Amino acid sequence: MLRIACPHCGPRDDVEFRYRGDATLARPAADAGVDAFASYVFERDNPAGWHVEWWQHVQGCRRVLKVVRHTLTHEIAAVGEANDELRIPDAGAKS
Amino acid sequence: MDLYSGWRLAKEALGGHLGWKPAWRDAAPKAQYQVVIVGGGGHGLATAYRLAKEYGVTDVAVLEKGAIGLGNVGRNTTIIRSNYFSSENVRFYETSLKLWERFEQEMNFNAMVSQRGTINLYHTDGQRDLFARRANTMRLEGVDVEHVDKAGVKMLAPLVDVENGRYPVLGGFLQKRGGTVRHDAVAWGYARAASARGVDIVQQCEVTGVRREGARAVGVETTRGFIAADKILFAVAGHSSRLAAMAGFRLPIETHVLQAFVTESIKPTLDCVVTYGAGHFYVSQSDKGGLVFGGAIDGCNTYAQRGGFTMQEEVMAAGATLMPALSRLRVLRQWGGVMDMSMDGNPIISRTPVENLFVNGGWCYGGFKAIPAGGVVTAHLVATGKPHPLGAHFGLDRFREGRTIDERGVGPSPWAH
Ligand SMILES: Cc1cc2nc3c(=O)[nH]c(=O)nc-3n(C[C@H](O)[C@H](O)[C@H](O)COP(=O)(O)OP(=O)(O)OC[C@H]3O[C@@H](n4cnc5c(N)ncnc54)[C@H](O)[C@@H]3O)c2cc1C
Ligand SMILES: [Zn+2]
Repeated sequence: MLRIACPHCGPRDDVEFRYRGDATLARPAADAGVDAFASYVFERDNPAGWHVEWWQHVQGCRRVLKVVRHTLTHEIAAVGEANDELRIPDAGAKS
Repeated sequence: MDLYSGWRLAKEALGGHLGWKPAWRDAAPKAQYQVVIVGGGGHGLATAYRLAKEYGVTDVAVLEKGAIGLGNVGRNTTIIRSNYFSSENVRFYETSLKLWERFEQEMNFNAMVSQRGTINLYHTDGQRDLFARRANTMRLEGVDVEHVDKAGVKMLAPLVDVENGRYPVLGGFLQKRGGTVRHDAVAWGYARAASARGVDIVQQCEVTGVRREGARAVGVETTRGFIAADKILFAVAGHSSRLAAMAGFRLPIETHVLQAFVTESIKPTLDCVVTYGAGHFYVSQSDKGGLVFGGAIDGCNTYAQRGGFTMQEEVMAAGATLMPALSRLRVLRQWGGVMDMSMDGNPIISRTPVENLFVNGGWCYGGFKAIPAGGVVTAHLVATGKPHPLGAHFGLDRFREGRTIDERGVGPSPWAH
C-alpha cells in the first residue's frame, strides 16, 4: 500500500488515486512521422528503479500529480504538480 | 532418458527407490552455442524442446538466473482454456489446449492435466451478449463452448451465490475442456525432455548484458562469463524490457505484479474453474484441496515480486461476494509474479530491431496456458527466421502498423487490462 503526499490534500492512501503511467513521455510534433508516434504511444523505458509517473487524486482534489517512485521498493522520492521538474535520486542510490 | 511407467515404479520400489536419477542435467555453460535462450520458464524450456525435437537444433542453452520453474511458470493459478475473442487467438490457444491434452503422453511426465471445465459468469444482458459473440467466434473455429443458465451455474458450482446482492449471476459460458495443470511439472517435464535431446539447462546464470557487433547480437554477458551465440531468444516473462534495454531497444511493455492466493485444504467442493465477470476474481480448487484464487493486477509499474494490500483487499471482497463460504477459510499463502503487460494485452513472439535476436514475452497474466503452443511458434521463428502461421499476429510490427490485437478493447494502457 502506497502513501502519496498530495500537495493539496496531504498524505493519502493509494486507493484514493488512479495510476496513469509514465510521465516522461513527450508528444512528438504533428509532422514527426509514424515512427515517432508509434514510439510515443507504445514504447516505454519501463525501468526497474526510479520511475516518474502520473497519479490522479480521483477521490480527493482530482489533480493529476507527478510522482517519483521506485519500482522495486515502492519508495516515493517526490510528489509534485504536473509541470514540476522533480529531482530523481541517483540511479545507484536504491535498488 | 529412462522412461517413467508403472513397471518402472514397481522395479524402483523393489530397489528401495534408490535407483531414480535427476530428471535433467544441471549443465555448466559452454563458451558458445547455436541458440541461447534467456529464461528457464515455461516458454524458454518449451522452445528449447521444440527446437531440438522438430528442427534438430540441439546446440542450445537455456540460461536461468535462479532455478528453473521458480518464475511465473510456478507462480500462476494454473488455468488453461481457449475461450478468446479474436479468431487468430482462438486458433493459437486452441492449439495449445490440444497440446495440453497430449502433454503427458508426449513428455512421459505426469503434469496432472485436469480438464475440469472453466466457466465465465455474466451479470448483465450486455455482458451476456458480448460473451455470446465470443462463444460464436469459438464455435466458428470449431472450439467447444456452452451456455449455462442460472440454475445450471448453481448445479455446477453450488458455492457460488448466484443471488448475491452486488452483481447477481445471470448465467455463464462453460468450456468443458478447460481446466488446470500442475504448473511446476510443466517446467520439469519440458526440462527433462529438452535435456534428454542434448539441450543444456544452465541454472544460476544471470544474463547481465548483450554483446552486439553493429546491428547483430553475437552473445550474452552472464554472471558465469561471456557466452557466444548465433541466435538469442529472450523468454524472460516480466523482465523483457530490461533485457531489451541491454540490447539497446525499447518494447511496448510495462511490468506489473499479479497476486495469487491459496486457502487451507478442504474437502472437494468446487469442481470447475469459476471466473466472476463483474468483480475480476477467479477461483479453482487444487488437487490438494486448497482454493486457489486471484484477481486483477496491482495497477502501477512494479518489479517487486510480492504485491500490495490494496489489491488483496479488493480480491478478497470480490471473492467473498461471489462465494460467501470463502470468508470462513484461512488464506495460507499469498504471492506475486511480475509480468510483461504489453500495450495491447497480447503476447509478443517476434524478431526485434537487433539481428539474430528474438523475443517471446508480453504474456500479461495469461501466458501459462500458452506454453505448449508458444514453444511451437517460437521455435519455428528462431529456427527458420519466419513467423509461424499460428503466431504471425504476435509480431512487434503490429504496433507501428496499427494492427494491434483488440481482445478486450482497452487501448494502450497496460494498467487497465
Ligand atoms: C499470480 C499469477 C497468476 C497467473 N495465472 C495464470 C493462469 O491461470 N493461466 C495462464 O494462462 N497464465 C497465468 N499467469 C501468467 C503466466 O504465469 C505467465 O504468462 C507465464 O508463466 C510466463 O511465461 P514463462 O513461464 O516463460 O515465465 P517465467 O517462468 O517467469 O520464466 C522467465 C524466466 O526468466 C528468468 N530471467 C529473468 N531475467 C533473467 C536474466 N537476466 N537472466 C537469466 N534469466 C532471467 C526468470 O528467473 C524466470 O525463471 C499468471 C501469472 C501470475 C503472476
Ligand atoms: Zn489531492
